[in-house]
Amino acid sequence: MSDLAMTERADAPPDTLDGLIKGTGDGYKYGFVTDIEADEAPPGLDEGTVRFISAKKGEPAWLLEWRLKAFHRWQRMAPPDWAKLNIAPIDYQASTYYSAPKANSGPKSLDEVDPELLKTYEKLGIPLGERAALAGVAVDAVFDSVSVATTYKDKLADLGIIFCSFGEAVREHPDLVRRYLGSVVPQGDNFFAALNSAVFSDGSFVYVPPGVRCPMELSTYFRINAAKSGQFERTLLIADKGAYVSYLEGCTAPQRDENQLHAAVVELVALEDAEIKYATVQNWYPGDENGKGGIYNFVTKRGACRGDRAKISWAQVETGSAITWKYPSCLLEGDGSVGAFYSVAITNNLQQADTGTKMIHIGRDTSSTIISKGISAGRGQNTYRGQVKVMPRAEGARNYTQCDSLLIGKKCGAHTVPYIEVRHPSAKVEHEATTSKISEDQMFYCQQRGLTQEDALSLIVNGFCKEVLKELPMEFAVEAQKLLAVSLEGSVG
Amino acid sequence: MTNLLEIRDLRARIVGGRDILKGIDLDVAPGEVHAIMGPNGAGKSTLSSVLAGKPGYEVTGGSILYQGRDLLALPADERAREGVFLAFQYPVEIPGVNNMYFLRAALNAGRRQRGVPELDAAQFLKAVRDKLKLLDISDDLLRRAVNVGFSGGEKKRNEIFQMAMLEPKLAILDETDSGLDIDALRVVSDGVNRLRDPNRAIVLITHYQRLLDYIVPDHVHVLSDGRIVASGDKTFAAELERTGYAHLGSAA
Repeated sequence: MSDLAMTERADAPPDTLDGLIKGTGDGYKYGFVTDIEADEAPPGLDEGTVRFISAKKGEPAWLLEWRLKAFHRWQRMAPPDWAKLNIAPIDYQASTYYSAPKANSGPKSLDEVDPELLKTYEKLGIPLGERAALAGVAVDAVFDSVSVATTYKDKLADLGIIFCSFGEAVREHPDLVRRYLGSVVPQGDNFFAALNSAVFSDGSFVYVPPGVRCPMELSTYFRINAAKSGQFERTLLIADKGAYVSYLEGCTAPQRDENQLHAAVVELVALEDAEIKYATVQNWYPGDENGKGGIYNFVTKRGACRGDRAKISWAQVETGSAITWKYPSCLLEGDGSVGAFYSVAITNNLQQADTGTKMIHIGRDTSSTIISKGISAGRGQNTYRGQVKVMPRAEGARNYTQCDSLLIGKKCGAHTVPYIEVRHPSAKVEHEATTSKISEDQMFYCQQRGLTQEDALSLIVNGFCKEVLKELPMEFAVEAQKLLAVSLEGSVG
Repeated sequence: MTNLLEIRDLRARIVGGRDILKGIDLDVAPGEVHAIMGPNGAGKSTLSSVLAGKPGYEVTGGSILYQGRDLLALPADERAREGVFLAFQYPVEIPGVNNMYFLRAALNAGRRQRGVPELDAAQFLKAVRDKLKLLDISDDLLRRAVNVGFSGGEKKRNEIFQMAMLEPKLAILDETDSGLDIDALRVVSDGVNRLRDPNRAIVLITHYQRLLDYIVPDHVHVLSDGRIVASGDKTFAAELERTGYAHLGSAA
């Protein structure tokens, strides 16, 4: 495997398959052994699909059972309808729930990776191999449902840090996975989390041992490639006592005409004195200017500050997807724990975003910060939805929320929906919100200094987002700035 | 000497309104400083807006040649990159955008247009230091967001600093003296005087004669009710100070 891990493959060793057949009982009589040669599950979702995925991945019985339990829960659930999103009904039976890149043997090094694939990554600006080394970034690139390359594993292993695909973690570190999987986002948390729990394909797993400071930014790039393949990433990140880790997640997808469903679950666990920073740049295909195509992005992200003085910070730049439904949240359980949410969300053309956070103050002296910047252009609709909840035991809890909306043009919308629930008299909760239009005076001032209309807009918008962008790691911040400009192309003039 | 700017029978208005400029004629040669004076509502700001290409104004007649080209055919940003600079009466705040970053983006936009290599961070910094020294401006303005939280005087100084960095061929100073106390006026005026150059023309638009005590123009024009009703040399400004505009406006 060297530094590259092909984790789930069509030509998996036969003994894995044997174990799987034994472990999964009846479902297996019906030809899964031949099916396992297939690169894709047939469209549709039933118990057989769940078993197929689990079999493909050579999973142990407990995980199959866990998936099936989630599947049965999901069957009884309905999609949430409280978000300010206008979505045509989704036919869950039309999607494909598993898809793997076609390959005959696993690459031993970057030289063996399909050059077309590398070229695509290059276009997307993803550092791999030497570029990763230069940038100091370890990359666990997820191409469709299967991890293609993992770098820097050895260096991290020396520190006891585990950074691998979710599938590999299930095999190599089953105790950790069993202990924490679903402990932050329970299977039945919501419709999409239940769906993900049943059919999750792959994802990333990180464990940082006590007292270890992860010396580099860990980075995963997700990319949707095969047509009609739903993506169900599962990420689990654990920072043990006193550990520190910063994690980057970036997403890009090529243009496509059909709506694609994406329902990821990310769980973060920060124990006593641990700190996790989690940054996302999401620029999936948003659909064309008439709203045709684009990714449907239903994501459940939640972090638990389990120990005292634990810290979790979410930073996100959401520029893509036709639909964004996403509320990265913090459960502030430990006394003195700290949560933060920094967000930039852009909607252009017919994009819709309903995004925000939940800060649940459970422990004493917990504090949280929310900075949200929403930008609406074209006919885009952008909603901030955030909950701040102070529980009865959370003496001395503090929250500061700042929520700014910027409108470009006359046909877009910005909405702010804060929910504030305080059950302790000592709590201090502040909410500030502004809505402004990009001013013609600002545009003219920039243009009079020689900047093109596009550059002027990009500059003003980047300035508007600065408080959030500065929370991103350097290499991400640069990419994010470019993305803001690309996302707003054609929105003025 | 060929004119840098030739304005002929220029008529313009705010979109949908009545003509504010009713036939302006003006020639400006490189190296010259022209002062355009006049009472409120005469059309001074409209003239500067039309020259810079501000949206919301429409030209209903006449022409403007700049370096022999039809200036009105160029969008605002291209005019700027071709060397037309407007020092704003009310410089605009751009929150979150660092002043230095802004200026470097503007400078390099112009350099790209002229086919000159862009300045890297180190070269840019050196240019900044040189100009700060020339204008006797402290560098604390540079670390802040564009015009955000600047005093009136700081904003105007920042405009002149931008002018120094961008090295325009035609600089239009729109009421740069307004809102300045005497010390700030002196600093700004000294800056402008240091930027006088045989290859650069400056058009000063002002309501008050006092600016012309500090920046001595080659030509003085009186704008009234959308027309230039009187012109003269630098002594004309002093004469106006005594006689006022009133007798000129209606006579025209």
